[in-house]
Amino acid sequence: MTEALQFEFMQHALLAGILASVICGIMGTLVVVNRIVFLSGGIAHAAYGGIGLSCYFGWPYLPGTIGFSLVAATLMAAVSLKAKHRADTIIGVIWALGMAFGIILIDLTPGYNVDLMSYLFGSILTVPGSDLLIMIVMGGVMTGLVAYYYKELLALSYDEEFAQIRGVPVRKLYFGLIGMLAVTVVLVIQVVGLILVIALLTIPPYIVEKHAKSMAQMMVGSSFLGAVFTVAGLWFSYRYNLTSGASIIMVSGVAFLISLLMEKTASQSRKGERSS
Amino acid sequence: MDPNQPLIEISDLAFSYNGDPVLQGVNLSVRQGDFVAVIGPNGGGKSTLLKLILGLLKPDRGRIRVAGESPQKASPSIGYVPQDVHINSQFPITAIDVVLMGYIDPKKPWARPSASDRRDAMAALERLEMAAHAGKKIGNLSAGQRQRVFIARALVTRPRLLLMDEPTASIDTKGQADFYTLLKELNRDITILVVSHDLLVISRYVKSVACVNRDLHYHDQAEITGEMLEAMYPRTGEEVCPVELVAHGLPHRVLMDHEKKRHDGSPSV
Repeated sequence: MTEALQFEFMQHALLAGILASVICGIMGTLVVVNRIVFLSGGIAHAAYGGIGLSCYFGWPYLPGTIGFSLVAATLMAAVSLKAKHRADTIIGVIWALGMAFGIILIDLTPGYNVDLMSYLFGSILTVPGSDLLIMIVMGGVMTGLVAYYYKELLALSYDEEFAQIRGVPVRKLYFGLIGMLAVTVVLVIQVVGLILVIALLTIPPYIVEKHAKSMAQMMVGSSFLGAVFTVAGLWFSYRYNLTSGASIIMVSGVAFLISLLMEKTASQSRKGERSS
Repeated sequence: MDPNQPLIEISDLAFSYNGDPVLQGVNLSVRQGDFVAVIGPNGGGKSTLLKLILGLLKPDRGRIRVAGESPQKASPSIGYVPQDVHINSQFPITAIDVVLMGYIDPKKPWARPSASDRRDAMAALERLEMAAHAGKKIGNLSAGQRQRVFIARALVTRPRLLLMDEPTASIDTKGQADFYTLLKELNRDITILVVSHDLLVISRYVKSVACVNRDLHYHDQAEITGEMLEAMYPRTGEEVCPVELVAHGLPHRVLMDHEKKRHDGSPSV
């Protein structure tokens, strides 16, 4: 790994991976405790519609995609508030439609070809310095917002009714959370790809949740764990010449399985103690 | 606030859910310092009534005033202990942090709980005999212990009114007696409305009873009538109560006949 770090692209990849881990660690904690993993998946996929739209009309990529994702995310958030029991279906529909819409628009764009694989898996090995800067700024803004609204977000996530009674503007806060999620997801996707974003949003927070005693602890722990997965994945990818994004996800997936097994044996040994 | 003004005033309240009427023509006036048991069959609208008073639901018709104000305005002065808070037992939060949630003030987003807030929160847990569990994750506590934490959280908001939805559903009989004794003590400063199934247990502690079954009948005394039992159980009161009452050795007044004139909900003098 040390010799790999001589290459600038490897340094960038490492930095991008760690930044993505921190951003996804913080947002992923909120996603997992609020049980909006499916909604996040919906946002991430529907965002492809925004890419198609930007290509077709020749808009600049980022504003077009972020705008489209914000609309799709708001729609999904509204549905999940209004018709809770139907939310998963509607989100699934928007998820599929957004993706199909994007692909057709790209088909219709003459002489333009966006690689779907790079959208799915990203290209962490070719991250330019400007993208790193965007991620640093965004990570900073997001951390600031989450810190500022921490108590309200905690109350919303833990007990929405109680938060509402205490005067927390829960609806505004929920839409704000989803909006922030949409922006984060789009920005991180263009760097590390959709699949890695979903993995980093869910796996580290899930593993850490059982051991964390506060949401802040869970955010820090998830960021750290995500960074460990990213570094280990990049090492595997470099050492064995594998796709980087997929390697990171495989490392995370194995850790996820190990944590499940450990949890199971722990609960069994607890049961054993009780019955003896 | 004028001490003679009722704390809760509800007039001609109606609420329906997906077109099905849940509550209709509800009138209720709860005086300050009252301790009301809200009883009635499942699906009769008890929890809905609490949520309407809290301003979590909006009525289709009618008027609700809490301390002379709309529920939305008054809700910060109401302590609410929900039936069961969270399905996610892994949620990363400790008992003391749940109680500290009571200090949330949307006008002061940066403010973190002060040392005195922490002391008060610990004192509230102590009062509920939960101080030893303050640092434990909420999911690792038993359902009854969790209930106590939620009550502590409601208490630190210094409520004028305390609403509880089935607070003893997961507490054993001995625990229930202790619990209601505690509520009786709290009732010295706080008006309490408690939704309960345990009609026979609760009747020893409360000052009045509200039977909710789509409509509402308020009884300004803690007496149990055959009609209340009928409202509670889908059988006739005669079938249920004699056995229960003899077995529990409850006071004789329990079987007092229901006086029809109190049906309009206004307290008789």
